[in-house]
Amino acid sequence: MANALVSRSSTLPTLENQVRSARLRNKRFVVPAVIRCFSLLTCIALWYLASTNKWNLIVNFENVPSPTAVCQAAVQLINSPKFQSHLLSSIARVFSGFGCAAVLAIAIGLGVGRSKLLSDLLMPPLELLRPIPAVAWIPLAVLMFPNPEESMVYITFVGAFYPILLNTIHGVSSVDSNLIFASLTLGANRVRVFSDVIVPAALPAIVTGLSIGMGNSWFSLVTAEMVAGQFGIGYYTWESYTLQKYPNIVLGMIAIGLLGMLSSLLIQRIAWAFMPWAKLGANR
Amino acid sequence: MKGLAHSTGSGQAGDISVRNAGISFLTSDRVVEAVRDISVEFSPGSFTTLLGPSGCGKSSLLGAIAGFVSLTQGQILVDQRPVNRPDGSRGVVFQHHNLFPWKTVRGNVEFGLKMRGIRKAERQRLVDEILDRVKLSAFQQSYPGHLSGGMQQRVNLARVLVNRPTVMMLDEPFAALDAQTRLQMQEMLLELWNGLKMTIVFVTHDVDEAILLSDRVLVMSRRPGRIRADFEVPLARPRTAEQLTSAEFNRLKKYCLELLREESIAGESASEEGVTSLPNLELTPSAADG
Repeated sequence: MANALVSRSSTLPTLENQVRSARLRNKRFVVPAVIRCFSLLTCIALWYLASTNKWNLIVNFENVPSPTAVCQAAVQLINSPKFQSHLLSSIARVFSGFGCAAVLAIAIGLGVGRSKLLSDLLMPPLELLRPIPAVAWIPLAVLMFPNPEESMVYITFVGAFYPILLNTIHGVSSVDSNLIFASLTLGANRVRVFSDVIVPAALPAIVTGLSIGMGNSWFSLVTAEMVAGQFGIGYYTWESYTLQKYPNIVLGMIAIGLLGMLSSLLIQRIAWAFMPWAKLGANR
Repeated sequence: MKGLAHSTGSGQAGDISVRNAGISFLTSDRVVEAVRDISVEFSPGSFTTLLGPSGCGKSSLLGAIAGFVSLTQGQILVDQRPVNRPDGSRGVVFQHHNLFPWKTVRGNVEFGLKMRGIRKAERQRLVDEILDRVKLSAFQQSYPGHLSGGMQQRVNLARVLVNRPTVMMLDEPFAALDAQTRLQMQEMLLELWNGLKMTIVFVTHDVDEAILLSDRVLVMSRRPGRIRADFEVPLARPRTAEQLTSAEFNRLKKYCLELLREESIAGESASEEGVTSLPNLELTPSAADG
């Protein structure tokens, strides 16, 4: 009883307590936030100074658009249907290329990780092609596919494929054997061991592969669009250069960055929906 | 003492017969003989502890009875049938790290029933019952990563016991727990065993634990593991922590410690492969045929 009273009085919102908790909050959240904003604003200020004063040190800022010019261009573009169609065609390419890569790489990875035969059968050619960067495929892909659209999806596919494959194989082959023993002594057969133990145990590694793969597929796509594209955000960025619409180059770059970030976030969110235990672990 | 729903009824299931069992492992550069020529019987419903120094092959023998370690010699029969692969009738509780981290407490416990194709309503009832027994009903939606070591081992016990195995093997299940929790877990294990009456084979290197829990203790030698002594524990049941200080308990403890010390001294002078010429110090004649 006495304890209850004491503990209650100590949590009363006295002025002193309020001041103390406000100070704590300042220290924990407000101060770092101010420092971070300051850092960002300084960078933008430097960009502004460099571009308006046309600094020419080692890096030449003469043709670099200023932040204000970029903002003006952004206002114009935001409602332009052309810009939106560029964005949409890039997103569609990434989703189809990345989607195909995810399905195929996870399926092959699950098989190869558990079966020596499948590994011997499938891995030699895959290993042989692996060191070739997706971007190096561009010329051949253009020749191989009937139209540039498909060749660009293919480049995106190649970019995403290997990280997903390798992480899946790693996840599957490094499943704790104790978990497998445990499931066997609980009456699981081979099929159930695979579907109920190995696949969920490999899931975190697969998700890592997916997020690396997503980054790679954007990277590959943007390059492919610059070389071979007719639409898409990579093409738009390059076109802005050739048409000397310099602020639009920066806008294209920003759009590419945002899209990459948002798609990684999307993967993370979907992964958390499938792996609530991993999210709980991460938050601790 | 109410049994779970699908009890086998006979009370005679869970007979284990180990016949001339030998286990060798191939490591990267040599063959390690873990267990040499062990013959021993475990009667249905008995509680037997394998006591021995680390690396004496007791876990290997346990794995062989469970069916995931294969014998290089001899045979193991459980209820007259040779063991050649793990199945749900012989449950194993390991020391740690073997709950499914992606399943909730409930999901972990339900796993074995699901594997056996038990219908959902029945599963629910059996899981509720066993969770209540191990006092985890309030935590059924938690993930194992959020539970204390003692709670994790209670989930482990429940996950095995919900299948009503005829044999339950425990491999140093409480070694990673603090003393207080360990005592609680030991008490809970005895309670569960008393209610469900399966054959228990318990592995430990802790002398107190061996004597306090079991009907019978098998003391194993250093590698290659063989049975050095085999004695009954004449302490009355139900066992309590007070018995830890009784005269009889201390006599048995002294005897076990003596045996284990001889093993470690022998280990220093003997080669890795052989501990061959030790005096036989059996206290009471063994019930086993080995």
